[in-house]
Amino acid sequence: MPHDHSDHDHAHSLLPPDPALRIKALETLLTQKGLIDPAALDVIIDTYENKIGPRNGAQVVARAWLDPEFKAALLNDATSVVAEMGFYGRQGEHMVAVENTDDLHNIVVCTLCSCYPWPLLGIPPGWYKSDAYRARVVREPRKVLADFDVVLPDETAVRVWDSTAEVRYLVIPQRPAGTDGLDEAALMDLVTRDSMIGTGLANTP
Amino acid sequence: MGGRFGDGPVVPEAEDVIFHADWHPRALAVTLAAGALGKWNIDVSRHARECLAPMDYARFSYYEKWMAGLSDMLVDKGVVTRDELAGQPAAGPSDLAVKKLSADHVPAVLAKGGPADRPSDITANFAVGDVVVTREVAENIMVSGGHTRLPTYAAGARGRVIRLHGTHVLPDSNAHGFGEAPEPLYAVAFPASELWAHPEHAKDEVVLDLWQSYLSAP
Repeated sequence: MPHDHSDHDHAHSLLPPDPALRIKALETLLTQKGLIDPAALDVIIDTYENKIGPRNGAQVVARAWLDPEFKAALLNDATSVVAEMGFYGRQGEHMVAVENTDDLHNIVVCTLCSCYPWPLLGIPPGWYKSDAYRARVVREPRKVLADFDVVLPDETAVRVWDSTAEVRYLVIPQRPAGTDGLDEAALMDLVTRDSMIGTGLANTP
Repeated sequence: MGGRFGDGPVVPEAEDVIFHADWHPRALAVTLAAGALGKWNIDVSRHARECLAPMDYARFSYYEKWMAGLSDMLVDKGVVTRDELAGQPAAGPSDLAVKKLSADHVPAVLAKGGPADRPSDITANFAVGDVVVTREVAENIMVSGGHTRLPTYAAGARGRVIRLHGTHVLPDSNAHGFGEAPEPLYAVAFPASELWAHPEHAKDEVVLDLWQSYLSAP
């Protein structure tokens, strides 16, 4: 049987100990070898700092709150529906939307790494990538929700989605009371990033 | 790590925090740009991070894991040498330089992504509602110590199929150069009581995306 996990020294230990110097060394080496273009790095960073983030997902949620037909289509085939809104790409090639109700609360995690729907929510927050979240939320989701000051009624079931494959999940939070008549932009302001991961609820106006 | 005890509280953070150190965006960008060279796939890169020494995996931050995995893959795939990584001068331009990701191609590459669904000759053995049992041991059956996407906490567990995702690349094969080997992928729901000795609430469930070869009929 083939064997993995080599027992000799890992190559990465040859880099400087300080992480800032480590990435500098890698970037310099790859640039010298003609393998990366520093200008391309700047475009990648600008994309995730300024262009792709949780406001994308908030727009999807607000539209789902306003338009029952849109919501039905989203629950049926999220990938196509959000792609039509321009939200597709790396780490969001296969999307599934799951809806929170009085009976069911959904939460998303990736216990094996940190899979996350980048085109809709951007770069995952620090806590999403933390050992504590990855370890605990599958076993004690309600205690983790308490860390976010969220308390669910006892009759609400919790479903934790451990995204082990290339499918990425978007939680549609419950629409808050008192939001009748609000337009899409006003509703978007109520949709927090955490509410689309399931560790939070949408804000009230 | 799913289910592990002792990690302490989860600490929420504001939405406008994107990176936590000046070097984080560079680590992200260098990793994505190097990935565009086409020398590895997402399963290889995930496995490279899993192959870190357990002590390093525990002490490294997220982007330190990325950098370490990247460095190891660059040497393993012959893109750079150990001497170059150790600070020796680069031995001239790489033959791979023609594949360098240019700035004007970045938006298209990020927007294109890397879908994992593929046609497959393997038909779905299970339907929504079927009861299935996962492998007794959460290990790659082709490669000792190899990559798999069945978490340890969900090994040998009984659940029910709630969704069929179509047929997807099998990471256990694709991480090791054995081809994409696409097969049916399911979302399987497990009652908390099936996974934990002390479930937090009787109604709660965990859902995992699992490939057909991880599953059997009870």
